[in-house]
Amino acid sequence: MKPKKEIKKIVFQSAEDMPTMPMSIGNMLWNKTGSWRNIRPEIRLEDCIQCGICWKFCPDMSIEIEAEWPVVNYDYCKGCGICAEECPAKCIVMVEERK
Amino acid sequence: MKKEKKMTLTLPVEELVGSGNLACQGCGANLALRYVLKALGQRTVLCIPACCWAVIDGAFPHSCMSVPIYHCAFETAASTATGVKAGLEMVGDLETTVVAWAGDGGTFDIGLQALSGAAERNDDIIYVCYDNEAYMNTGIQRSSATPTGAWTTTTPVKFPKDRPKKDIDAIMAAHRIPYLATASISYPEDVVKKTKKAKSIKGTRFIHIYAPCPTGWKSRPEDAVKLGRMVVQNCVFPLYEVEHGEKYTLNMKIKDKKPIDDYLKLQGRFRHLKPEQIKLMQEEVDHNWARLLKKCESA
Ligand SMILES: Cc1ncc(C[n+]2csc(CCOP(=O)(O)OP(=O)(O)O)c2C)c(N)n1
Ligand code: SF4
Ligand code: SF4
Ligand code: SF4
Ligand SMILES: [Mg+2]
Repeated sequence: MKPKKEIKKIVFQSAEDMPTMPMSIGNMLWNKTGSWRNIRPEIRLEDCIQCGICWKFCPDMSIEIEAEWPVVNYDYCKGCGICAEECPAKCIVMVEERK
Repeated sequence: MKKEKKMTLTLPVEELVGSGNLACQGCGANLALRYVLKALGQRTVLCIPACCWAVIDGAFPHSCMSVPIYHCAFETAASTATGVKAGLEMVGDLETTVVAWAGDGGTFDIGLQALSGAAERNDDIIYVCYDNEAYMNTGIQRSSATPTGAWTTTTPVKFPKDRPKKDIDAIMAAHRIPYLATASISYPEDVVKKTKKAKSIKGTRFIHIYAPCPTGWKSRPEDAVKLGRMVVQNCVFPLYEVEHGEKYTLNMKIKDKKPIDDYLKLQGRFRHLKPEQIKLMQEEVDHNWARLLKKCESA
């Protein structure tokens, strides 16, 4: 939906590299929480009614909307299963993760 | 693809909490802040004391959020927010919303004095307590927000909690603050509406958000949203607002009040309960509900 932010982990080589004020200068996108998952949501779009409920309740901002359809971002989806549980059309199934 | 149709989005689309954060799977606290920031927008500062959210955000120099946050000591969420607000006013910034964002331990227990001070002075801050009903960040210890009967590591099965949950909302109402609201993560539109309303008011505003915690409650992550809905429908956690400590408004009328059994069954922290204990808990819920209805009627 939005332009993606830079995905970069910041590592300081020495104390001089550190900002003088202890402030956050990077996001957490380098932390691909998708690796936490042991079950993955799969959306059967044929049955999707585009209600946006999966997007609304995903705690990890891992349901994106592309051209008016929900798409799971597997880089960050933690596999909690809330989307599948809440989908009124029951069109999200949780399947065993392929490793 | 088939039929042309627009996706229905009932919340602001801007995401100010980012992915890659360290919340557990199905964390209610994660949803709580996501919704609150959707309502407040970019011009917001958060003051976060020690709590799960101090960890979820990520380790220095990273932060999953697109708004500035100030990590403060456990007992100081309200006083830190007061100070940040005063500092911003000194430099002529009257626009930025200053929010204290604390857990139940940081609010009901250790931060209560600072919160009471800010509320009594009617400092111009929004104080949000996300309530997961225990000290989760340090490994599930009882807080005064833990409900009767619940297991925690400090209220083991042999000695479950025997005191009722502290009524923090009544305490805050007694301060006659301009606005106070309860909310649940399972009703995000209501969270957004109340947060926007709070933003439009001056003075101390208090929002108490019910935030299920699969890790601490020993519940399934996929049930987090279901649990947040059940507590509203069985009147364990009713949704209401209080203006100036007196005008009570019930936001969700409950016609068909559900028994608490199904909500208890979904959580391992209540697994040890015997029927007579459940009966006592149901009586406590009924009693609190009747008391709230009376307050709403007389308002
Ligand atoms: C003065 C002080 N005492 C104790 C601690 C340890 N501590 C850090 S977070 C925490 C629990 C926080 O509980 P709560 O406010 O409910 O937030 P949650 O972790 O549940 O989100 C405790 C006891 C501390 N950081 N500072
Ligand atoms: S399983 Fe959980 S994290 Fe993954 S997309 Fe669904 S709601 Fe989001
Ligand atoms: S909740 Fe189900 S029906 Fe609704 S948009 Fe998501 S996948 Fe489609
Ligand atoms: S312990 Fe509970 S509140 Fe803390 S991050 Fe995990 S699920 Fe969220
Ligand atoms: Mg807590």
